Amino acid sequence: MRHLLSIAQLSKAEIEAILDRAESFAEVGRRDIKKVPTLRGRTVVTLFYESSTRTSSSFELAAKRLSADLVSVRAAGSSVEKGESLKDTVATLSAYEPAAIVIRHPHAGAAQLMSQWVDAAVVNAGDGKHEHPSQALLDVYTLRRRLESLEGKRIWIVGDVLHSRVARSNLIAFKAMGAEVTVCGPPALIPRGLEEIGCDVEHSLDRLDQAEVIYALRLQRERMRESFVPSIREYATHFQIDSRRLGKRQLLMHPGPVNRGVELSGEVIDSPQSLIAEQVASGLVVRMAILYELLAAGDEIPSPAAGNGDSRTARIGQPA
Amino acid sequence: MSLAMRAGESGDLVLRGATVLDPVAGIDATHDVVIRSGQVAELAAPGTASADGLEQIDAEGLHAFPAFFDPHVHLRTPGQEHKEDIETGSRAAAAGGYCGVIAMANTEPTVSTPADIEALRERASAEASVRVGFLATVTRGMEGEELTEMAALRDAGALGFSDDGLPIRSTRVLRRALQYQRLCGGTIALHEEDPDLSGSGVMHEGPVSAVLGLEGIPSVSESTTIARDAAIAGYEGGRIHVQHLSAVESVEAVRVAKAAGVQVSCEASPHHLCLTDEEVRSLDPSRFKMNPPLRTEADRQALIEGLGDGTIDCVATDHAPHAAEEKEVPFEQAAMGVTGLETAFAALHTHLVLPGILDLGLLVDRMSAGAEPFGVERPSLAPGSEANIALCDLAAEWTVGDEGYESRSANSWCAGAELIGRVQMTLAGGQVAYRLRSFSMGVAP
Repeated sequence: MRHLLSIAQLSKAEIEAILDRAESFAEVGRRDIKKVPTLRGRTVVTLFYESSTRTSSSFELAAKRLSADLVSVRAAGSSVEKGESLKDTVATLSAYEPAAIVIRHPHAGAAQLMSQWVDAAVVNAGDGKHEHPSQALLDVYTLRRRLESLEGKRIWIVGDVLHSRVARSNLIAFKAMGAEVTVCGPPALIPRGLEEIGCDVEHSLDRLDQAEVIYALRLQRERMRESFVPSIREYATHFQIDSRRLGKRQLLMHPGPVNRGVELSGEVIDSPQSLIAEQVASGLVVRMAILYELLAAGDEIPSPAAGNGDSRTARIGQPA
Repeated sequence: MSLAMRAGESGDLVLRGATVLDPVAGIDATHDVVIRSGQVAELAAPGTASADGLEQIDAEGLHAFPAFFDPHVHLRTPGQEHKEDIETGSRAAAAGGYCGVIAMANTEPTVSTPADIEALRERASAEASVRVGFLATVTRGMEGEELTEMAALRDAGALGFSDDGLPIRSTRVLRRALQYQRLCGGTIALHEEDPDLSGSGVMHEGPVSAVLGLEGIPSVSESTTIARDAAIAGYEGGRIHVQHLSAVESVEAVRVAKAAGVQVSCEASPHHLCLTDEEVRSLDPSRFKMNPPLRTEADRQALIEGLGDGTIDCVATDHAPHAAEEKEVPFEQAAMGVTGLETAFAALHTHLVLPGILDLGLLVDRMSAGAEPFGVERPSLAPGSEANIALCDLAAEWTVGDEGYESRSANSWCAGAELIGRVQMTLAGGQVAYRLRSFSMGVAP
């Protein structure tokens, strides 16, 4: 794997290899010293053109746990605000000879475009409404821990599918793992033609009890102004997952951040069926696995002792 | 003649043994094509034309067609000369076998006053390799509100009118323009799109846009506006030309309008005839982002059928040059449009003629039929005509872009493609407008 640009580029076996790697990093996370020296002396750049909490913090912590040097660039307050083009920004950052660049951008294809300009491995951390492959991988990882296999499992993705890169990547990933996927939401928020790629489309939650997993999406409040839905209240009436709709045996997921009281009622977020906190925890190990697959595939994960990966050990002057 | 080009030496040459194909004049045979003082003097039996004083060109195995005419190009002058200008754009046209083009008025500033038209015609008289006609905008500054001085613009030499790049949103404004057309003439060329339906769409709305997460432009954005405008043109007895058809519903709307007797003609572009929205999966805006967008295979087939049955009158490239920095950005942010003049014939020959989908004679006819909607005389190979000839090697294989472009911009939808068939030489307005560098000009014994 040279870059991680989309889930569509990965086979089921490649997805599983990354998730297996993530399992071994989960083991590292249980050690006292949670850091390994794998990427010592190598530089990871995170370049975020959109605000992000979960994705940026977990990629950055993942890079640090792998002992990489980290450069974090945010569009706000950077040369991007002064009108610098993506190509020029990338050229500037390339001067640091990064091993990997993690990019989040408001427009589809930005990561792919960048991959044509740099030697670094490029990770798509979300491009417009197109893809968010690391989110899909962490969601499959989270589900796999609960369900063993996704083969034949019925997963409903509910909400604003039109504006959601998470929905697109997860739809592709869930299908690749053998699940049967239904997308559900108001007609204006389901992209026209989506059913042609092999999912069912529903416009009501009447048959939600079929689902083994419910994956709810965030509804942004501005969708009301754009007439996608008449009101948040009416949306919640028809599409909110609440304790009345969520079955005892169903699993509930959400990519965050949640609009409490809109797509999810407060009580389901903290219910035993909710995997939302696990998703966040999975984010770290899966993103470590992604960086590892891109930059160190083939190496064994060293133990902290063997690799001198203890960050408290002074190593100034030692060759990387 | 309302078209302008650079004055030069009239051609005096003989194309020895060329396969002459002019479907309009009913010529389909091998001839020595004798050109004297820029006119087709004689079509002689091969090897029989007297050669005194003429440059001799070995055209054996080559096809001589009436040169092509493109009613829809963007030459970007004034204001956007970093993309193209009259000199480079007309050179690109000549390289594609064109003897004439019509430049759109969506420049910076727009072509909206008689002085604008006069200045452009003067530039073309100094710089253009082929004849260039100019449209003026329908509304001042393309703001969609007040009409331009259409009569004065016609007097200054405007071939017709168009707000191309934008639709005329107001039916009242379109109706007034069509009423005024009775006074001043000049076909009104229409970019048909409903801005409310298109929204901020960047590609065709369908399964591909659904997967890519790109906002779609539905086909009905185009077809409903065509139906609307054709009805208004029919009511006012106006003459309209519908630009760049892209959808099956649009072909049907034009078919219905023509059957109802509306004075409407229309065009399709080579990229819409050859490509579908599947290409957009590459997210390459340089080759695949344009408006109207590439649509589905069913749409493409409808365009081919419409071109064949005459519903679609002509091929027009919508040659839309953009600088590299306007295309080397994510798909949604990139400028709309692709260049097409240098590759139109070769691409259509490769994609449609060679596989047997379209007859060569029909393609040759549609490549120059775009002159008629704007009252320009069609190029012809009949003796006595001004020499406007595209000399093509239908077996030549070439890779687009390998030797660069005549256009100032490189956003060709064919970039990197291997095409079969290439223009070797173009005569435009009686002058030699283009010779392919590698085309041997040796004097025959």
